Amino acid sequence: MIRSIIVFSLFLGSFFAVAQENLEMKIVKGGSFVPLYGSDSAAVYVRDFKMDVYPVSKQDFLEFVANYPKWRRSNVLELFADKNYLRKWQGDTYLGKDINPKTAVTNVSWYAAKSYCQEKGKRLPSMDEWEFAAMASKTTPNAQRDSIFNRFIIEGYEIPKTFKNEIGSTYKNYWGLYDMHGLVWEWTSDFNSVLISGESRQDKSTERNLFCGSAAVNATNLMDYAAFMRYAFRGSIKANYGIQTLGFRCAKSIKK
Amino acid sequence: MIKVFKYFTQVLLCLLMLSACNTTKKKDIVAIVYQCPMDCENGKTYDRLLSCPVCKMDVTVITEDSKVLSDGEDVASIFNLTSKWNTQDGETIMLKELKGEVLVMVMIYTSCKAACPRLVADMRNIHAKVKQDNVKYVLISIDPETDTPERLKAFAKENFMDNEQWVFLQGTLDDVREFSNVLSVKYKQISPIDFSHSNIISVFDKKGVLFHQQEGLGVDNKSTVDKILELSI
Repeated sequence: MIRSIIVFSLFLGSFFAVAQENLEMKIVKGGSFVPLYGSDSAAVYVRDFKMDVYPVSKQDFLEFVANYPKWRRSNVLELFADKNYLRKWQGDTYLGKDINPKTAVTNVSWYAAKSYCQEKGKRLPSMDEWEFAAMASKTTPNAQRDSIFNRFIIEGYEIPKTFKNEIGSTYKNYWGLYDMHGLVWEWTSDFNSVLISGESRQDKSTERNLFCGSAAVNATNLMDYAAFMRYAFRGSIKANYGIQTLGFRCAKSIKK
Repeated sequence: MIKVFKYFTQVLLCLLMLSACNTTKKKDIVAIVYQCPMDCENGKTYDRLLSCPVCKMDVTVITEDSKVLSDGEDVASIFNLTSKWNTQDGETIMLKELKGEVLVMVMIYTSCKAACPRLVADMRNIHAKVKQDNVKYVLISIDPETDTPERLKAFAKENFMDNEQWVFLQGTLDDVREFSNVLSVKYKQISPIDFSHSNIISVFDKKGVLFHQQEGLGVDNKSTVDKILELSI
């Protein structure tokens, strides 16, 4: 009898842990899609995965640096973050009156974002995963060809200082994820796989379709000018950068 | 009927136990203690952000565990990285085990037909010009699934780079991605056997701090050689 209770409660325990996580993460059903850089129109397959509903907030990150002193502004190694790291915070573990803790954390380096996700038992989403999740509009998982949705994204890029808005203030997409567009840019685990920066001019094997003129002509999906902007942005940044408009959210693989 | 009742109580019991469990777990994760920065109230602490009732300043977080974190390494040193790597000789090392020597690093993959042979040739040319013993030449594979220690060893032999000065490293996909960011190298798998990648040779001083980078293929390596010589003295 007692044993059955224990077994049963263990079973329920795992159930509740999962339920808890489902509140903050949503499942994105995988599939094939053609990302912008697929010059040969090669479709990429993305497996099912989980993604945070919101970008990580300043309050979340404040708790993280409180528990992990090595990621506080005064302790962080130069190797992992430039001088803009958490720049506007009033103190190491103190935002200050002028900063809304419900806004997305920005001015975080890739290393810090990666470490944050790791400590939560998660990881950063890959670029393909992020793009896959972000092409969902409110009603459909793939709105790449939805001109209204694309215009909404591009117009979002034109609105200044959206990083000052609270998380959850934009729209909820098909997967139940908020703020995939219209709030902040987001780090991805392999952002540095976009080869369009300075050195790529000297390299032989560059992605020519990502260069300005030719890119606009050759891009697989002309509607996806917004995606082009995201790839160009990723190609121009380094992992230790802290940028005011760049935040992140975590993802997690689903064990089969 | 009694059976049903039994099950019902079981479920209820479990629920109770679980909710108890969950709360403690949550507390563990977000246990932050705030205190007035002026300590107006003799060590009184709060569990959330508010203003000190005496001096009206916002309370700040206090934690005791602010210890030295970088083990005395330079704050910009790659020896702060804790990733583990397999060498061509099957040893597992951390980068800080290479401390004390000038490091010349490049990212390659052995099945590469286009740029890598030339990058490797560039490395050999630098080595030939420098002629110093206290310099290590480190080649990190961006294709760790193919480039096993055995394969790296074979590659080293084929290319006459099989001695103590040459180190070939295999890491996890994650650690390789991280290290590529440290070197500002970009790379992407474009087919099962091919990668596109930037061609950068990086020079680190004896403390593991990035000192110089040479970009491109077959470029004039004079300044790189000079920098290495300068550091190795």
